[in-house]
Amino acid sequence: MSTANGLNLTLKVWRQKNDKVKGQMETYQVSDISPDSSFLEMMDILNEKLINDGGDPVAFDHDCREGICGSCSMYINGEAHGPGREITTCQLHMREFKNGETIYIEPWRAKAFPVIKDLVVDRGAFDRIMAAGGFVSVNTSGNTQDANAIPIPKADADKAFDAATCIGCGACVASCKNSSAMLFVSAKVSQFALLPQGKVEAKERVLNMVQQMDDEGFGNCSNTGACEVECPKGISLDNIARMNREYMSASFTADKK
Amino acid sequence: MTKLDSKIPEGPIQDKWTNYKNHIKLVNPANKRAIDVIVVGTGLAGGSAAASLAELGYNVKAFCYQDSPRRAHSIAAQGGINAAKNYQGDGDSTYRLFYDTVKGGDYRSREANVYRLAEVSANIIDQCVAQGVPFARDYGGLLDNRSFGGVQVSRTFYAKGQTGQQLLLGCYSAMSRQIGKGKIKMYNRHEMLDIVKVDGKARGIIARNLVTGEIERHSAHAVVIASGGYGNVFFLSTNAMGSNVSAGWKVHKKGAFFANPCYTQIHPTCIPQHGDQQSKLTLMSESLRNDGRIWVPKKKEDAEAIRAGKLKPTQIAEEDRDYYLERRYPSFGNLVPRDVASRAAKERCDAGYGVGTNETGEAVYLDFSSAIMRYGKEQANIQHIHNASETKIRELGVDVIEKKYGNLFQMYEKITADDPYKTPMKIYPAVHYTMGGVWVDYNLMTTIEGCYAIGEANFSDHGANRLGASALMQGLADGYFVLPYTIGDYLANDIRTGEISTDLPEFVAAEKEVTDRIDFFINNKGTKSVDYFHKRLGKVMWNKVGMARNAKGLTEAIAEIKEIREEFWKEVKVPGSADSMNPELEKAGRVADFLELGELFARDALLREESCGGHYREEYSTEEGEAMRDDEHFTHVSAWEYKGEPADAVLHKEPLNYENIELKTRSYK
Ligand SMILES: Cc1cc2nc3c(=O)[nH]c(=O)nc-3n(C[C@H](O)[C@H](O)[C@H](O)COP(=O)(O)OP(=O)(O)OC[C@H]3O[C@@H](n4cnc5c(N)ncnc54)[C@H](O)[C@@H]3O)c2cc1C
Ligand code: SF4
Ligand code: FES
Repeated sequence: MSTANGLNLTLKVWRQKNDKVKGQMETYQVSDISPDSSFLEMMDILNEKLINDGGDPVAFDHDCREGICGSCSMYINGEAHGPGREITTCQLHMREFKNGETIYIEPWRAKAFPVIKDLVVDRGAFDRIMAAGGFVSVNTSGNTQDANAIPIPKADADKAFDAATCIGCGACVASCKNSSAMLFVSAKVSQFALLPQGKVEAKERVLNMVQQMDDEGFGNCSNTGACEVECPKGISLDNIARMNREYMSASFTADKK
Repeated sequence: MTKLDSKIPEGPIQDKWTNYKNHIKLVNPANKRAIDVIVVGTGLAGGSAAASLAELGYNVKAFCYQDSPRRAHSIAAQGGINAAKNYQGDGDSTYRLFYDTVKGGDYRSREANVYRLAEVSANIIDQCVAQGVPFARDYGGLLDNRSFGGVQVSRTFYAKGQTGQQLLLGCYSAMSRQIGKGKIKMYNRHEMLDIVKVDGKARGIIARNLVTGEIERHSAHAVVIASGGYGNVFFLSTNAMGSNVSAGWKVHKKGAFFANPCYTQIHPTCIPQHGDQQSKLTLMSESLRNDGRIWVPKKKEDAEAIRAGKLKPTQIAEEDRDYYLERRYPSFGNLVPRDVASRAAKERCDAGYGVGTNETGEAVYLDFSSAIMRYGKEQANIQHIHNASETKIRELGVDVIEKKYGNLFQMYEKITADDPYKTPMKIYPAVHYTMGGVWVDYNLMTTIEGCYAIGEANFSDHGANRLGASALMQGLADGYFVLPYTIGDYLANDIRTGEISTDLPEFVAAEKEVTDRIDFFINNKGTKSVDYFHKRLGKVMWNKVGMARNAKGLTEAIAEIKEIREEFWKEVKVPGSADSMNPELEKAGRVADFLELGELFARDALLREESCGGHYREEYSTEEGEAMRDDEHFTHVSAWEYKGEPADAVLHKEPLNYENIELKTRSYK
């Protein structure tokens, strides 16, 4: 399908066999890309070409392709999830690029996110932070109280929801010069801190999650705010402020487990 | 036929589940510690099951192919989850949810299962709220509801357009808690490639570590398949890219019957395909039909001018618009069930009224302008703005719509570069959900002893058509409230079994089968990529086994799919090696299974000589194009037994008995 407005592009893509060897940028050409295609469809076309030419396709994480699973994670032209605000890589469309452009594509770069292959990184650290306290300790029993037993002010519920929309993609870490995970952790801490159900364990939660975050090797937050700018879900820096407050008050008063 | 025992408990329908729970065997806490359960899948079904089983004390090993359980396809569900809470006082009840689901499924589901689903639905909402799931609330702080298609009450709970995400994160939190305690051992980036049976019982799986390529043996006393639906057999669907049938198909090949493969849901409101490079389709939630009105131009020449880009929808006068759903189905209007809405869209487009500006011309409008004005006026009144100008009213209305559907509108704009606040959305049906799946009895056990199937992977609750917001309900019902009981009844016999050794010859044999197949792919050195075959299969499925089916097309499809499959095994090319991360190798295995399923799917559709729910046979329809069921011959579940080639599969029928609901022609007029 040759189209009048198809794009011809030069791609500089990070290639790395595994976590044990060094990687390097490789150059590829793709042609006649429809501006209506998504960025990942463009990557599919590159891969199809590589396969047909006997090469090794570029590995990258992706699944839902609609901005919600948090799998996709490309650093495009120096920005996490590429140009455009409040979008993931899979929601980026080729109409954002110009014919003849060169596009640089790299994985997330952070000590706590080692590269597995090409553009795929290991974000297991996020799961371990969640296992340290990202939950309400309630079992499934069928006997929990009625869902409407505790009314929750709409404003709190809405704020909790906004924090809970974090997709765990890691763009905040990748965008931060210190590779800090504060935005991610604070989003979960805030969600629960804003809801009555989460208040019971609020102190242990924040202490344990922050401890795990530090153990994983994420850097400190120096308030540059790059994370908020690149976050595809618009998670606000207010969450970091809330977490800091929660943390301070918990450090003074809680018996840490 | 003795093989198909649905094990429905005796007694009146409203007492069955309670009686059942009162009489099953229990496993005491100390013994649970000696029992291992494998859960394949961490979506709503698998995630809730894994968490609940671990809380009960079992040792759970959970598997998913993504890098984290939080990324399972359930995350993408948008609109909401049903529950018979009757918070709105609009006459809802367990019975009504049960009735709506059976009717919505076009009388092809099992009454007892559906009743149980309706019965536990209310608990789901309680459980999720206790976990900190931030559902939408009203200004009084209580939970809000919306309406979905095919029902006349508001029983859908939601979290903006991200209900699935919030529910899944709830499950994931519950899992995380158990992972932290060591009660769940989580295997991320692992794909189950076979089930292992010992003495006829499911005792483990063979999995591939997708990072290292290592083939691993895992044993357990029971195996739960929660691997989701198989809509990707059509290549293009609203499913996640990795959604697949393989786990279900592998157990099918080892003895689990596969039920009603042809029951597929084609969702009416998806963003139309833009061209050949398309990799997947995006859903626009059904909740939009609460406020959006669907239409095409009344005049063919208007439709032609729109397709040619010479006319804009906003230029078409009200009287020249055909709100065809409101016209054909006055009592349900835009909220008819999905299958009905999809066929009606296809009918209008086939008749030449489509408004797509893409290559196919296939699209209809979903228009919010009346809702914007209606809400705007309401807001003007609430805010005491007298004589508000039209611009002001519009502004106020846009605000309301933004609060309700903001993220969906944004998603639409990102994909299409059109602003749906100003111009109607263009939508077209797309494959979305599969009602068919692994056959299970009332206990959710497959025809392999000790192998269970839950969530979209099984066939049990939705008959021939699923109502909106009922998949999330089913997944969580299965995982939180049903399986934890039913599996205990089975595992009670295993308290003295002890750990299952992975050195048993059955494990060795299953592992060899898996490695042989992988070696084949890597060494085949064919000429065509996996996607090439997947796309070809998808085209056949969509054109001949899609929204409207007939005997001729289905017969051709069966032959064509077989041909594609044979060529696949000769010509498929998988680059790279088996001992490292290799996404092409993963895809090859999944497409190989789709190529078998596809043929059985078409056969099932050919044999079901009636139209019911999502299965529409052109030969069996009224003159007005409404579906015609044949209750006399087809009030049964078609459960297929594997015998080698799909052509050799043997059909077993589970008769469906309606004792509580009278079989009627489904009418939404
Ligand atoms: C876009 C979209 C919107 C939807 N909106 C709604 C809605 O509003 N309301 C509603 O009720 N329903 C909705 N649905 C349907 C609903 O989301 C799904 O039916 C439901 O989430 C399925 O859940 P599940 O747990 O059965 O499977 P999934 O969530 O699909 O999970 C499957 C799991 O299995 C794993 N897996 C699969 N194969 C393997 C393997 N071989 N080895 C290891 N792991 C494997 C995956 O990693 C994943 O963890 C929607 C569906 C789509 C596509
Ligand atoms: S806070 Fe934003 S950037 Fe960070 S993981 Fe969550 S969604 Fe991604
Ligand atoms: S692929 Fe799911 S967010 Fe991009």
